[in-house]
Parts: sequence; structure tokens; C-alpha cells
Amino acid sequence: MAIRERLSGNEAVATAMKQINPDTVAAYPITPSTEVPQYFSNFVANGSVSTEFIAVESEHSAMSACIGAAAAGGRVMSATSSQGLALMFEMLYIASGLRLPITLICGNRALSAPLNIHNDHSDSMGARDSGFIQLYCENNQEAYDNTIMAVKIAERAKLPVMVCYDGFITSHSVENIMLMENEEVKNFVGEYKPDQYLLDYNNPISIGPLDMQKDYFKHRYELASAMKDAKKIIKEVSEEFYKITGRKYDLYEKYMMDDAEIAIIALNSTAGTIKDTIDNLREKGIKAGLLKPRMFRPLPWNEIALELKNLKALAIMDKCDSINGYAAPLFTEITSAMYSSQVYVPTINYIYGLGGTDTTVKDIEKIYSKLQEISKTYRITKITNYLGIDEEEVK
Amino acid sequence: MIEIRWHGRGGQGAKTASLLLADAAFNTGKYIQGFPEYGPERMGAPITAYNRISDSPIRVHSNIYEPDYVVVVDDTLLDGVDVLKGLKRDGAILINTNQSIESIRKKLNGYKGKIYTIDASKISKDFLKANFPNTAMLSAIVKITNIMTKEQLLKDMEGSFKHKFARKPEVIEPNMEAIKRAYDEVVGG
Repeated sequence: MAIRERLSGNEAVATAMKQINPDTVAAYPITPSTEVPQYFSNFVANGSVSTEFIAVESEHSAMSACIGAAAAGGRVMSATSSQGLALMFEMLYIASGLRLPITLICGNRALSAPLNIHNDHSDSMGARDSGFIQLYCENNQEAYDNTIMAVKIAERAKLPVMVCYDGFITSHSVENIMLMENEEVKNFVGEYKPDQYLLDYNNPISIGPLDMQKDYFKHRYELASAMKDAKKIIKEVSEEFYKITGRKYDLYEKYMMDDAEIAIIALNSTAGTIKDTIDNLREKGIKAGLLKPRMFRPLPWNEIALELKNLKALAIMDKCDSINGYAAPLFTEITSAMYSSQVYVPTINYIYGLGGTDTTVKDIEKIYSKLQEISKTYRITKITNYLGIDEEEVK
Repeated sequence: MIEIRWHGRGGQGAKTASLLLADAAFNTGKYIQGFPEYGPERMGAPITAYNRISDSPIRVHSNIYEPDYVVVVDDTLLDGVDVLKGLKRDGAILINTNQSIESIRKKLNGYKGKIYTIDASKISKDFLKANFPNTAMLSAIVKITNIMTKEQLLKDMEGSFKHKFARKPEVIEPNMEAIKRAYDEVVGG
């Protein structure tokens, strides 16, 4: 029986972690994900989990401890944000390169400088090529569900998984949620039995030695293949999750896309605001739609591209910037996927909400209104737009 | 959907009050959101918190710019913060103050909408021996918005306080008294 509750995103994720009861959690606090290890250390202290909680001295050490514990054969989790994820950077590549199924919670936050504690996706997008699977969550329910699924996805794919949700907007906002029973989660994640691990003294192995040129290349190819194959695993795990909870998750979510003429692609909490905007526009007869990728790694490039083929205009919203003189990551990768899939739709990029700048229904209406204009003229005057910034004034 | 904006000062518990209101509405079967707007956090600085309460799932994830209700936990904010900003014409503002509605209306430049007042600080000082006006404010806003009956509110808050103040049980009873009195004493319209 599902349990009706109201929790913040951080509480929801910490509750999922309690129900998963991992072998090891190593974490260092950082806003806005601090509450996750904070709540979890309470669970450790009051005995509701049997986890070994390691309070480390930095995020670099947190990921290092996770790598050690996962290599030893444990089910391992951590949580971080922003500068914390940045400090983990070196170890992220080692976690994936060693094919260790670590679940890392990322409460998305802007990167310094200037110093800012609020939400954007610069942190996880910066780690997009680190070999982590990345799941993105619209609200506390998705953060909870994806955390539970992440453990299973990681272990089956032999890849680390990052579960990303918006700092403050999701992490600190209390909303309704449906929780699973403890037993249901326990049965769903099952017991973790790694094929090979350091503490298996009957089958001694070494982990992390030097690779010569050809071996390195081969191992990196295997990593890339594992990421490619993870799509299928994510689908399987999501199907198993659906059977228990009735909550359906795919590689991406479509909202009013079937007959849409104009559409937006966006990640995380903004997707909810876009859905409300679409309902308003549909009442006026405007055929607007949304495609919300659930994951950025692996990128369901061909699947997403083919969903877009009947559109007259498309906007891709990035809550981060590549600072490359062109456009931001979701835009560059999806337009590239469209080109490779021979889908040609006039597409523009909106960089928005940096440092937690609020994004409202009115802001989204402006984007759809621009798309309506493009759908009539097929003329794009500007590819990369900064939502709500008066570019003339800033100059 | 009802949208509420809270104005308070850091440390007064406006955020806690918004979360308690979310709790209370949740317990009546509603969909809720309760979230603070975090600025440079420090004691005494103006802070804002928000509530959405709805019969259907809430998807929008932005701050609230056109609230149905505004709650001001500290009347000194009336001098520096535009508390009426975006407030709907048929909405209402609730203020913690010992001043009359007439003098508040003057302070709000002759605002023509509904104004409610409650001396929540005095209630808090009477029962809690300190200025924690948030529970009294919560009670007053519940009455104005008619989210639930007085009996439901009391039953609910008792449950919430038992959980929240598990380590400080001595403050449960005074808080309950503050809620009862605030419900009866709020005036205006």
C-alpha cells in the first residue's frame, strides 16, 4: 500500500535512502543538498538503517570513500551539489572508469563565481562526460522514485548514477508525495551481489592498475558501450518499478506532443511550469507541447529526435551555459541528434534561470509566442537567447 | 488554487508557519506546496515564504506574484517592503499588529481591499513568554481562508506539535492556547 505523505525533495530522497539501507554512505555537507546526509545520519544514529556512515573532510574524499566501499563490494550512496560536485570531479571519472555502481544524489545548484547558492544545472551539466548516468527529476516524487530506481540501474549497468533535482525549488519545497512501503523498496532493490569485488578473498582481483595504450582504449570503449546499453536497462528497471507503483517512467516524458506544432524541451522543475502554460495555451487553440528528457546520460538521441519531426518550431531550454560563444549543452546535443536523425525543425536555445532566477508561466508564454512567430515565418533571427536578460542593457 | 505569500523577518518562523499551514491543508486531503525564498539568511532580515493549496496536483514551480492572501508576520515590514505587490483585488492581507485597521489602511496608502489584523506578538508573549508569532498567525490565516474548521485545526496542530516539539513538550500546550486565542481574536474584513 502506498503511503500518502508531504515531504521536501531532500526529505524524500533521504527517505528513499533509508528504505534502500545501503552498506555505505560517505558525504560532506553542501547547500542545498546538506539535509540529505543530515537526515540520513539521524537514521544511522537512531538505528533505522545499518549503514556505515562516513563523515569525510571534503567531497573529493566523499567520492574516494564511495569508490573504495563500492570496490570492496558494497552498495554505496552519496549526496552533493555545486562546488562539492566540482571538487569530486577527478574521482567521478574513476568511479565510472572502474565501473562502480555508486548512486550520487545531486541537488542542482549554480557554480561560483559569483557565489550563489541557488538552482541551475551548471554543476551536473559540467559532469556530463564523466561516465555517470544522469537522471533528472521534475519534483519530489520523481526524486524519490529515481533514487530507488538508480540503485538498481547502477548495479545492472555497472555504472554510477547521478540523480539530479532542483536545489531549493525541489530540495526545500514541501509537496505531496506517495511513498512505497519499506518492504516494497527492500524487495525492489534486492540484495546486491557484485560479480567481482575486493573483499572476495576466494577470487582475488586488483582494481585500478595502469593500462597500456590499447587496453586503455578498449576499456574506454567498454565504458562507452555500457552507457549506450544502459538505455535498455533503464527501461527494464522502470517497467519493474511501474508494476509495483503504477508510476510510469520512460526515457523522456511527452506532454501534449501528439498534435503539437510548437514545443519546448526542458529538464527538471521548469517542466511542471511549462505543463501549466501549455494547458492555458491549448484553451486558446494553440498547439503547444513539451518533451522532458528524464535522462541526459545516456542521451536518447534518436528517440527524442524522431519525436520532434512534425514540429514547426522548437525551443530548447538550458538552465546552464556552455560559455562557448554558441549555445548550451541540451541544445547543442539535441540539435546535433536531430541532424544525425535527419529531422529538420527550426530550433532556438533559451538559457534561463541561472543562479535560481525565477521562471514563471509568463516567461514560458513568451517563448511559445516566439515559437508561434517562427512557425509562421520559418525565420530565426537569433539562435541563443538569454531569457529575461535585456542584452542591450547588460552591454 | 489558493496562493499565499508570507512576509516575515529571519528567525520569526514565517517559513515554519508556511510549512505548518501546508501540513494542515495536506491533512484535509489537499495538494500543497510550502516553500521559502532563500536570500542572504540572517536574523531580522526580511524573508518571504509561499503556499499553494489546491484540489488537484500542483505542477507550477515558480514563486507567487499574484497571491490571494498576504500574511505579514511583523508590521515593521510595512515601512520597507511592498507587501501589497500583486495581491489580487478580491484577496486579503493579514497583519500581526497592535494598531487599528484604520491606521494600517492609512499606512497602506488607503488600500481598498480586505485587511485583517491580529496581535499575534502579544498572544505569543502571553502564552510563550517570547515573540514567536507564527503559530498565532497560522491560526488566523486558517480562519480567514476557511481551509478547515477550528476543531480540525486544533486536532491537526496538536499532532504536528507533538512531532515537531518531541524534545520540547513543554511548549505544546502554550502553542495550542495561542492558536485558540488567535482564531477568536482576528478582526477585519
